[in-house]
Amino acid sequence: MLSKRIIPCLDVRGGKLTKGVRFKGNVDIGDPVEAARQYYGQGADEIVFYDITASSEGRDIMIDVVNRVAETIFIPFSVGGGIRTLEDMRRVILAGAEKVSVNSGAVENPRIITGGAVAFGSQSVVLGMDVKKVETSARIPSGYEIVIQGGRKHTGLDALWWAREAENLGAGEICLNSIDADGTLEGYELELTHRIATHVKIPVIASGGAGKKEHLLDVLTKAKADAALIASIVHYGTHTIGELKEFLAGGGVKVREVW
Amino acid sequence: MIAVVDYRAGNVTSVARALRHLNVPCVATDRAEDLRRAGRIIFPGVGAAGEAMRNLRETGLAGCIREAFESGKPLLGICLGTQVIFEYSEEDGRTECLGLIPGGVRRFPGDLREGGDPLKIPHMGWNRVSFQVAHPVFAGLPANAEFYFVHAYYPAPANEADVAAETEYGIRFASAVARGNLVAVQFHPEKSGRFGLRLLENFSRWDGSHAQ
Repeated sequence: MLSKRIIPCLDVRGGKLTKGVRFKGNVDIGDPVEAARQYYGQGADEIVFYDITASSEGRDIMIDVVNRVAETIFIPFSVGGGIRTLEDMRRVILAGAEKVSVNSGAVENPRIITGGAVAFGSQSVVLGMDVKKVETSARIPSGYEIVIQGGRKHTGLDALWWAREAENLGAGEICLNSIDADGTLEGYELELTHRIATHVKIPVIASGGAGKKEHLLDVLTKAKADAALIASIVHYGTHTIGELKEFLAGGGVKVREVW
Repeated sequence: MIAVVDYRAGNVTSVARALRHLNVPCVATDRAEDLRRAGRIIFPGVGAAGEAMRNLRETGLAGCIREAFESGKPLLGICLGTQVIFEYSEEDGRTECLGLIPGGVRRFPGDLREGGDPLKIPHMGWNRVSFQVAHPVFAGLPANAEFYFVHAYYPAPANEADVAAETEYGIRFASAVARGNLVAVQFHPEKSGRFGLRLLENFSRWDGSHAQ
């Protein structure tokens, strides 16, 4: 039986670690390679890096970070942020990332999902989705809409429709981020997660809102997520990954308990 | 020196990185003479069986792998590298493979369930590997160790004696096989943290005999 995965998320800007709260007011908290090494030692099952740099110079710095991470940790990790072309994908995979995640790039050009799946295999292509709760309408029957640019721009895409569309296009996994829950530390968006996780056949990583260990238990059991993305709950030392796993195992969740 | 066979099938770099981290000398290569010279061979791979077998035949590497197996040189298969050592794979219609170990490679049934929930294919993530035999390559790995898997097809050896480890995912399947100087694992030791590194390190010291 597969273990539910606990995945710390590291936001990187200009080669340095930041932690965004509601995508605003980021403050630098250190070196991403060192943070990855720490979480690897704590029993992280995977690590997600988001490159929030916009410039091409920043992108080169990120490739260097990816290379150094690949020489330091020996678990899968993914890289996302600003991925728009197959060449962007190729660079991070060649630098040693197991997976690459596309978000706005896939909304603007859905064919990149298929292109990536053909070139690198579906297992390497993660669709990142930023979702906001909206009024139910003919266009957005689920009441959950895909947003881009950190939640500032609505796309008119229904989140349930987009999840299945991405699966059909060849995405191997979905990283589902609730813009409403992100940064609140009040818990994952359980209803959204449950609806997406039971709507597609590919694994779903829940993201946004983890502030207490109970939140992870809820999202991995009630909401049926395959993995939980975490940030502040470990970045600020509230819990180690080991503590979270011990709690989850006590709650009946199968997690990787030795590493 | 370990030769990591590079036949344009993925994870060669991550295997080489893991070996470098362990200070084990290695070379990623597609040249027959490198494979003949090497003391040990790792045969990795991700992707599809049909394409992999085409590459192996076109480059002549298929013959080199068989030769290495017959020579008694320690050989480690990983993921797709493990699948193509069987007689055939159900992937890409039916792909004839190297036939070093009797048996085939089958697709996970589409209707697997566990605890009422449908299981997702591919089998991707961390899962427990129950070692069935004492083997130098698996020395020091705890009984509850987990390893990282990514695959939609699973090894089904014809002989129970070749099964070295089993894993459960809706069904119980052979996640490692061992025969003589060959060990082959379905999971990715290069992405399985400390225990995966331990397995690679064990292999780097193994002389190819299976007596303890």
